[in-house]
Amino acid sequence: MLSYAFRRLLSTIPVLWIAVTACFFVLRLAPGGPFDGERSLPPAILQNLAAHYNLDKPLIQQYFYYVSDLLKGDLGPSFTSEDFNVAQQIMVGLPYTFTLGMTAFVLAIVIGVAVGCLGALYQNKMPDYVLGAMILVGVVFPNFLIAPILQLVFGIQLAWLPVGGWGDGSLKFLVLPVVVMALPHAGRISRITRGSMIEVMNQNFIRTAKAKGIGPRLTVMRHALKPAMMPVVSYLGPAASYLLTGSLVVESIFGLPGIGRYFINAALNRDYGMVLGTVIFYMVLIVFLNLIVDIAYAWLDPKVRNR
Amino acid sequence: MYHFSKKFLATAMFGALLACSAHAATLNIHNGGDPKSLDPQKLSGDWENRIAGDIFEGLVTEDAKVNPIPGQAESWTVSDDGLVYTFKLRDGIKWSDGQPVTAGDFVFSFQRLMDPKAAADYAYLQYTIKNAEKINKGEITDLNELGVKAIDDKTLEITLENPTPYFINALMHYTAYPVPKHVVEAKGADWVKIGTIVTNGPYKPTEWIPGSHVTTVKNDQYYGAADLKIDGAKFFVLEDQEAALKRYRAGEFDILTDFPTDQYDWMQKNLPGQAHVAPFSGLYYYVINSQKGPTADKRVRQALSMAINREVIGPQILGTGELPAYSWVPPGTANYGEPAYVSWKDEPYKQKVEEAKKLITEAGFGPDKPLSIELKYNTNDNHKRIAVAIAAMWKPLGVNVQLINAETKVHYDQLKRGDVEVGRAGWLADYNDPDNFLSLLMTGVANNYGRWSNAEFDKLIKDGNAEKDLKKRAEMFKKAEQLALDDSAALPIYYYVSKNVVSPKISGFEDNVQDTHRTRWLSIKE
Repeated sequence: MLSYAFRRLLSTIPVLWIAVTACFFVLRLAPGGPFDGERSLPPAILQNLAAHYNLDKPLIQQYFYYVSDLLKGDLGPSFTSEDFNVAQQIMVGLPYTFTLGMTAFVLAIVIGVAVGCLGALYQNKMPDYVLGAMILVGVVFPNFLIAPILQLVFGIQLAWLPVGGWGDGSLKFLVLPVVVMALPHAGRISRITRGSMIEVMNQNFIRTAKAKGIGPRLTVMRHALKPAMMPVVSYLGPAASYLLTGSLVVESIFGLPGIGRYFINAALNRDYGMVLGTVIFYMVLIVFLNLIVDIAYAWLDPKVRNR
Repeated sequence: MYHFSKKFLATAMFGALLACSAHAATLNIHNGGDPKSLDPQKLSGDWENRIAGDIFEGLVTEDAKVNPIPGQAESWTVSDDGLVYTFKLRDGIKWSDGQPVTAGDFVFSFQRLMDPKAAADYAYLQYTIKNAEKINKGEITDLNELGVKAIDDKTLEITLENPTPYFINALMHYTAYPVPKHVVEAKGADWVKIGTIVTNGPYKPTEWIPGSHVTTVKNDQYYGAADLKIDGAKFFVLEDQEAALKRYRAGEFDILTDFPTDQYDWMQKNLPGQAHVAPFSGLYYYVINSQKGPTADKRVRQALSMAINREVIGPQILGTGELPAYSWVPPGTANYGEPAYVSWKDEPYKQKVEEAKKLITEAGFGPDKPLSIELKYNTNDNHKRIAVAIAAMWKPLGVNVQLINAETKVHYDQLKRGDVEVGRAGWLADYNDPDNFLSLLMTGVANNYGRWSNAEFDKLIKDGNAEKDLKKRAEMFKKAEQLALDDSAALPIYYYVSKNVVSPKISGFEDNVQDTHRTRWLSIKE
């Protein structure tokens, strides 16, 4: 198992290198530079800025500078932030993004699996329809629509929860953003769980369990749930990487700190270092999460383990 | 027992502390973007200015209406030739760590601003200081050649290249704020980190969570600390204006520094008196290429300018009542009086269109040879609405308009390279003086995107800036402005307005043309 994980990690190094190289050069092809804006800077000032960030050197030389710094673990400066370099910005944003993302992730699984199981057990009956319809709302409506509606209802009309901000990080500040982030995933997880559960419930070993006189709750919890989770787990990898890289929409509507905004803003601002930094961070995260999914697979399915 | 009581005491004290802080008057400001830095020499945006101006103070500072008043300097004198300013610093001014603020700090700060190695974006705003430009361009390497000298700890002498009537106004700008020499030298680039940073303004920063907020508290070392009615401020990062308005309605923000224009009607009905819309010294205009393409013909430029129905743009397209612009310098600009206007300003719109049609025909365009124009703007809902409306206004002239939008960086890159026929741009004044607008149209200036060039205009601006008599200077500038307008050097469209929403519990908020509202002039009713 360990050597498998190690091999997997090793194989990502060339992928990472190709991605960084491609990203580095493609970025420079984009029109407009980091210092373009409503106010054009005089040439002398631009010259000073370019020299300050080594942008006046030939591109290939800049590339070697970047890669050698990267090997030392230095992600370089950010053009849009003088006081925090790329690594510092990511480190500052991560705790917030992870708190939000993990909470949303757990919530999505709990709601999704519970609703999915209920739907499967009461297949084509009232609870299935009602829950199915409710969860569909979360999937169909985009977060930039749901978020302002929740803010209006719970923040202003009912005044139960803060409209936005991180505040002191207490639960009431997390409720709305976490719900907005979790909803679509809860919806998808519930659909996958329901389908897979229905399939499992028709298998022979479940019939055997029922024939032995085991009650429905025990049948589901002890026998059906684990095999029914296989397709859900394969969805959890991408879902986790989506949630843990933050959400531009949720962060900008709720005014929360986090790394979700970095990538898009950095690309728009031609903040070369920040774009590369986030690309590297995302790749590492995705590789890591996929590895966890594979390990979880092995735990759930003996067929995978023994291969 | 002993242990318990100690714990209890601590809890009680903490509780008391909390109760205290709940009473402290804290201002919650919706500030827009994330600041690039707390270092005043590294900034360029108004959201950064709001923080910097609360935590630092220059020789000259602004009152609630943004008139210059003595800041760290208690008084100053100007030599007869207008070139040498001598500032006398206040007694007992200190940095937030208790160290005195000296003339040496100012010398150090101005030298640092001009040092090419420091690469300050905005250094050029202080190019009026003797040798500043040469140092910043690397032509002079000895920083001591800069025209800023400490006569003693309390006396600072600044020598200028030319007499500059707006110099005192320019000193209110954040590029002229001092940085603490003793901390910058000891800590290097880290001097600006929370915990290390030392400031000389009414407030000092205590917390910065990127993407969330910057917190400031009263600086007890500030000479006016006793008069401050607000104990601290939180500057929130939030670019979504709809969300900001919701948070304001929920009482989470006391001041919004911008609001969605389509909500203005609603706010006037539901939040009466809270939305402040006021003239702002800024101009929304279209760049027009005067070097190549059909717009190189003056008649085409004038026709396009005349056919824009400016009266409907503020009230109907934007909904916030921005005033139509027929001048290049916004009215109300200091040292100027009434600006020059286009000659056809007061004609009825119908007549303007008729004349515009004639001009287009004279220029050789018509049904057989229709005029095609590319209109570029940076992606934004309001820019789009205006561009669509103006394209429709040009239609009766027989002009085919192709609308091209691009993200901001790409748009300005195109403008800078001169790859534009007509393109959207805007200018917000850095300091309250006509020079700040007029110099945009000088030959060879980076911001002169339309590449309009007129030797007489250039000379008038140059001579005007060397003129000590403000009246004569204003006349020369007005002559220059008239030249530019008569030649349709660019198409002014509307003057910006500032858009703030201010809670009724805030007092001391004065609308002003620079849209600068320092926390030290505000107070909160609980």
